[in-house]
Amino acid sequence: MTLLEVDGLTVEFPTRRGLLRALDQVSFSIGAGEVLGVVGESGAGKSLTGAAIIGLLEPPGRIAGGQIRLDGRRIDTPTREQLRPIRGRQIGAIFQDPLTTLNPLYSIGRQLVETIQTHLQLSDRDARARAVRWLEEVGIPAARQRIGAYPHEFSGGMRQRVVIALALCAEPRLLIADEPTTALDVSVQAQIIALLKRLTRDHGTAVMLVTHDMGVIAEAADRVAVMYAGRIAEIGPVRAVVQQPAHPYTQGLMDSIPSLQHRVGRLRQIDGAMPRLTAIPAGCAFSPRCPKVFHRCRVERPDLFDAGDTRAACWLYDA
Amino acid sequence: MPDTPVLQAIGVTRSFDVSKPWLQRTLTRKGRLLLRAVDDINFSIARGSTLSLVGESGCGKSTVARLAVGLYAPSAGQILFEGKALSAARAQPALRRRMNMIFQDPYASLNPRWRVRDIVAEPIRAFALLSSRSAIVERVGALLTQVGLSPADGEKFPHEFSGGQRQRISIARALSSEPAFLVCDEPTSALDVSVQAQILNLMRDLQMRLGLTYLFISHNLAVVRHMSDRLGVMYLGRIVELGPGEAVFRTPRHPYTRLLLEAIPDLAMTGKPRTPVGGEVPSPIDPPPGCSFHPRCPLANARCRIERPAHTLLADPQGEVLVACHAVEEGRHAA
Repeated sequence: MTLLEVDGLTVEFPTRRGLLRALDQVSFSIGAGEVLGVVGESGAGKSLTGAAIIGLLEPPGRIAGGQIRLDGRRIDTPTREQLRPIRGRQIGAIFQDPLTTLNPLYSIGRQLVETIQTHLQLSDRDARARAVRWLEEVGIPAARQRIGAYPHEFSGGMRQRVVIALALCAEPRLLIADEPTTALDVSVQAQIIALLKRLTRDHGTAVMLVTHDMGVIAEAADRVAVMYAGRIAEIGPVRAVVQQPAHPYTQGLMDSIPSLQHRVGRLRQIDGAMPRLTAIPAGCAFSPRCPKVFHRCRVERPDLFDAGDTRAACWLYDA
Repeated sequence: MPDTPVLQAIGVTRSFDVSKPWLQRTLTRKGRLLLRAVDDINFSIARGSTLSLVGESGCGKSTVARLAVGLYAPSAGQILFEGKALSAARAQPALRRRMNMIFQDPYASLNPRWRVRDIVAEPIRAFALLSSRSAIVERVGALLTQVGLSPADGEKFPHEFSGGQRQRISIARALSSEPAFLVCDEPTSALDVSVQAQILNLMRDLQMRLGLTYLFISHNLAVVRHMSDRLGVMYLGRIVELGPGEAVFRTPRHPYTRLLLEAIPDLAMTGKPRTPVGGEVPSPIDPPPGCSFHPRCPLANARCRIERPAHTLLADPQGEVLVACHAVEEGRHAA
């Protein structure tokens, strides 16, 4: 069952030097209980996609085209007031840095209770009991005693657990997790990924997991979308994309990750860098760096074509 | 003397005073507080090789990097550079120019008001390596070419470059004093993976061509595996396991090394069952007694809680491995 549908989403930033197209015809969907990983290099537009869905685009950025539908209802057009009950209740969000997400002046209990009462009709007592239950569920030891503690009294990993509790306590149907483990150490990162996976499975929450770390994606996602220069380059089941990527960019990306299993003399590298938004080449955005480029790539922009188990925006797969 | 290690650390400890101000200490009757960022560390780096130090945040790896180039003085112990005490070596410009550092953040480590040619030429001018203007221009051009930029890029300012290109500029600057030894503190953590591969390849090419010796600091185990000849795993200021990179990666012995390798998301998707280990790194201000890893260690027993483990030398087909663990020493660990 499709929960979130993004269809031809285009986001533009008007600047003095002209219009910047930061997202260009991005389309994907997430089913209930499914984890979609969104991966890409910095500036590829992955965080922006998340922001557009929750309605947190920073002006002057604006949705210039396409639709976002949650459960069949459009959520790309409403005003701030109309969005309030959707944000939080229907869509939860986790951001990279747990310290800036939490209010340092309020105890975590107060922040949880406030969030719960904003979205659910509960008495103070019930809301508090629910807050304790969420803290226990995200693995905060001695939750009942620690509910009055302030964010600075927790370690980084524990803070991120509190943030997860905050994002999930109104039981949203969709969770947007933007680099949720990037600020954490590897041993803590593994705990947080396991926790996110368990909670979202138990509650049937759909997750859009935005990260630059292919390892995290391989670990947590069901499907993955690879973004490049504001467009989706490849989308498909995670196993296929990681092990038999079809798009030359995904192939290069996977090859450039050093392996833990064996050591190689030289890493395969993609020469050059992702184009700036001011200078996206005509045709396929990856064409100047692509080892398999041919004439058509430089003039015409490819759609997503079926490529084995995945779909890739590459003329090689034009049937 | 080809056998002298380029850098040798003997029992190096560095502590920082993190006490509250005097008045507050007096009023609350609390004493001074010392944080041991680096605690009795020993290692040596052979010429032309790479030693990597890996560990989670707060384990003291960046402090070691700073100690290794003399930005910090050790509180106890000694660091030798090419057989000479580091402080004495730093006093001689001829030796000081033979060590240099590459930093993590290429956005913060380049002066935004300087042109690239001046950034790269700064060490040359500081050590008066070349006198004539034309010779400096020529050398800067050659350095930029060497790191994959063009001599014309010297006229630009840092903001005109991407993160990966800026890191190339940092490398060119580090190479301009013709160093033998480079300390690289997380040189690719701020970069995207495809750019990271370019920089890692460049660093290895330069090492082969110029015979450089690296001390490589990173939290990324896959990057470390790619770069290192020898590998040290740090936990709360101590090296818990030290040995040839291949030995440590193939047969990790210390429980913490195993935990770290276990915790990395598996790209090969072999579906191996993983047990995320609980707990986090404790505060280095108040480290646990005995073995500092014991609160998180699955093999800990009474001895681990009291007695700090010394390094045990173990044989491995790849070379010798040092491990600081009672369980390994007693053979308590399950294979």
